[in-house]
Amino acid sequence: MKKALGIIGIFAAIFIVACIFGENFLTGINLMQLTQRAALYSILALGASLVIVTGGIDLSIGSVVCLAGIMTPWLLVEHEWAPAQVIPTVLLMSAFIGLCHGLLVTRLRLQPFLVTLCGLLLYRGIARWMTGDQTQGFMGEFGEVRAIALTKFAIPGIENYRIPSTVIPMIVLAVLIGLFFSRTVWGRWLLATGRNESAARYSGVPTAWLVTMSYVACSLLAGFGGMLFIFDIGSAQPSDFGNFYELYAIAAAVLGGCSLRGGEISVIGVVVGAATLQVLRNTIILVGLSSQLEFAVIGAVLLVGVAADELIRRFNARRLERTGAAASA
Amino acid sequence: MPDEKPVLLRVRGVGRRYAGVTALAGIDADVRGGEVLAIVGENGAGKSTLLKILSGVVQPSDGSLEVADASGALRAVELDGVRGATKAGIALVHQELNLAENLDVAGSIYLGREPSRLGWMDTRRMRREARRWLDLVGLDVDPSTPCGSLPIAQRQLVEIAKALSTESRILILDEPTSSLTHREADRLLEIMSALRARGVAVVFVSHHLDEVMRIADRVVVLRDGRKTGELARGEYDRAMVERLMVGRDIAPSMRRAANGAAPVRLRVEGLVSAHRRRAPMSFEVRAGEIVGLAGLVGAGRTEALEAIAGVSPHGGRVLVDGLEVTGGSSVRVRRGIAIVPEDRARNGLFLEDAVSVNMSLAWVDRSSRARLVDRRGERGLVARMIDRMQLRPPHPARRVQTLSGGNQQKSVIGRWLAIDPAVLLLDEPTRGVDVGARAEIHAEVRRLADAGSAVVFASSELEEVLLLADRILVMHEGTVAGELAAHEASEVAIMHLATGGSAAHGAKEHA
Repeated sequence: MKKALGIIGIFAAIFIVACIFGENFLTGINLMQLTQRAALYSILALGASLVIVTGGIDLSIGSVVCLAGIMTPWLLVEHEWAPAQVIPTVLLMSAFIGLCHGLLVTRLRLQPFLVTLCGLLLYRGIARWMTGDQTQGFMGEFGEVRAIALTKFAIPGIENYRIPSTVIPMIVLAVLIGLFFSRTVWGRWLLATGRNESAARYSGVPTAWLVTMSYVACSLLAGFGGMLFIFDIGSAQPSDFGNFYELYAIAAAVLGGCSLRGGEISVIGVVVGAATLQVLRNTIILVGLSSQLEFAVIGAVLLVGVAADELIRRFNARRLERTGAAASA
Repeated sequence: MPDEKPVLLRVRGVGRRYAGVTALAGIDADVRGGEVLAIVGENGAGKSTLLKILSGVVQPSDGSLEVADASGALRAVELDGVRGATKAGIALVHQELNLAENLDVAGSIYLGREPSRLGWMDTRRMRREARRWLDLVGLDVDPSTPCGSLPIAQRQLVEIAKALSTESRILILDEPTSSLTHREADRLLEIMSALRARGVAVVFVSHHLDEVMRIADRVVVLRDGRKTGELARGEYDRAMVERLMVGRDIAPSMRRAANGAAPVRLRVEGLVSAHRRRAPMSFEVRAGEIVGLAGLVGAGRTEALEAIAGVSPHGGRVLVDGLEVTGGSSVRVRRGIAIVPEDRARNGLFLEDAVSVNMSLAWVDRSSRARLVDRRGERGLVARMIDRMQLRPPHPARRVQTLSGGNQQKSVIGRWLAIDPAVLLLDEPTRGVDVGARAEIHAEVRRLADAGSAVVFASSELEEVLLLADRILVMHEGTVAGELAAHEASEVAIMHLATGGSAAHGAKEHA
């Protein structure tokens, strides 16, 4: 919780700026869309944080989003599979991709950066080739399946704002992952592995298995997220769908207090981090900044956030040394 | 007549506090050219702090340093950083070797001060001049050899050559022989004598009193940050130094005769560790028995323990309570094999985590229901283990990083005592641990054995082996060269086997 305070502060600040300067920011339709995006990116960011906590990285998230997202309408519309076949197939494929990453990292000892960089190129390439680089969409059908991501729940007493259904899987996942780290043996062990993989191995922690499973979970969440994204937007082009999503996910995790060195995570922080980036994107447009500046602004905010975090950490460490007080975890 | 020798460095009332804790106080000492000064003391006595002050790494909180100038007059100096010390003619050779492995010998010696011409490195000149310093330390290797390919003893000599090449008059060595074999250590002591004959002041810290006895002209003894004695050659004997170091008598031996009727808990058959393809080793350990692995550095003790623990692959069979165990460390921990590794910072501890996390890591698995951590039980366990291991300070939330070496080691050992392992393997159980904590660790290990576990430990310190082991296996070149029961073991008998002497001969001659 303490780790999440910083990002909650940043979120609040950007939110207030958006309220004051952003035209139409506080309208129901805008906030509804923002919630939807924040929920979807949170799911990707939670996946990314599972890998980051091991000290690894997954650069292929965006391409897995693309492959899973493109395959869903492709199988439904072009190949006329039933939704009950398509959804498990796409999820299984995503998990299998993660399994490959995990095994390459733990068994072949390849660097996560390289393995997932190759994945980034590979899965997008496959998606484009599979579909002949054609836009894939639901052709206005499959409304009952798309409802998974498109349903909005009314809140009694509030008129313009309804809660998007994607918030439900986001909250369920966040709670599960939070409990995983605080309550389960595997969660403890995964954190220990991220802190010091060698010491974890000497202590009898099945590090290779745990790390592999984190990659599986990360890709599975990316594939699940990709499906929700395509349900939401209806159609997408294989050449640009999901571009840079891995960077939003990783940035959200880092803003939320995950250390790229591994061993640290704050689930609330990751979710708020993902939301912060979406509010920021929204704000840039609403305050009338050129949308071409989007990446530059996000980059700058991320840099300031990470630098501030490091400075505060050093300040605390120095204070600790001066006073000689006992450190509390 | 030591007064004839010129004083090169005078230490006056030097002290140092860290975060309000006094690490060193009121140290006075003279360092003279042409003399070897030994600094001895237990771990935590303040030796490292003193060396750091002398070499400019750390500034003293009190007192001052005076360095002789060209005319021999002493002037107060403030050594700000290693560069300042170098300018004052002081060079430190670290305990952990700091050579860049990818540089060649000449490049390492001249790192940061490479001779150059028009901005280009003058490699030829560098190698020529490096040759001079290498000759001085008696190291006959080509200056273009990469450091990474040299054995540790030679790297140490390169470090010394590097220190001398800065025209240092005062050479400071921090535990120079700790990672050397006996023969290499002898060679180093000879070189130190040669340097002394050239008028260099040599200051060294050592845990090996034999070496100190052999070479030091003067010994400064530290205890708890204070100087408890300064003795000139001929004024002291080993027992005197030990008393000054410890301030009390050394604990009596804890070893006892094995109970031949106790069941065999660990059996190792034809073990060959994958690191070194050597002769297979076999042995067994009974319940309640503590077996010590002795041997020289590189004899394969660590490899053997890591193979048994499943941390590294091996050939041969490992059996616990008569059943073979295979697979990696996670499987073996569940079967009751636990290892306390040699390098605890790297392989044992989660330094940024709390004591509680470190201590409960193995226990949470044993006590979990449906993989859920029993958090209340965990708090109780950690409190009990802190109490049992006499951890100081006794705070479960304290980061392990901030603990002393002894308390860090207790955290690792506590992790395993919490699950009552069938077999506990300890690699250098008390390296970097002060005397008080060492006794407490030994007592806990003994208690675990008394409760029916099998214990195997490896130690480079013969004293520790003789103190703790019921039975001693001496290793040489990757396998067991001989076995000694507690009553027939002596330092001489162990060294005989460890250096390749035959078992029968050793037993007859030294039993």
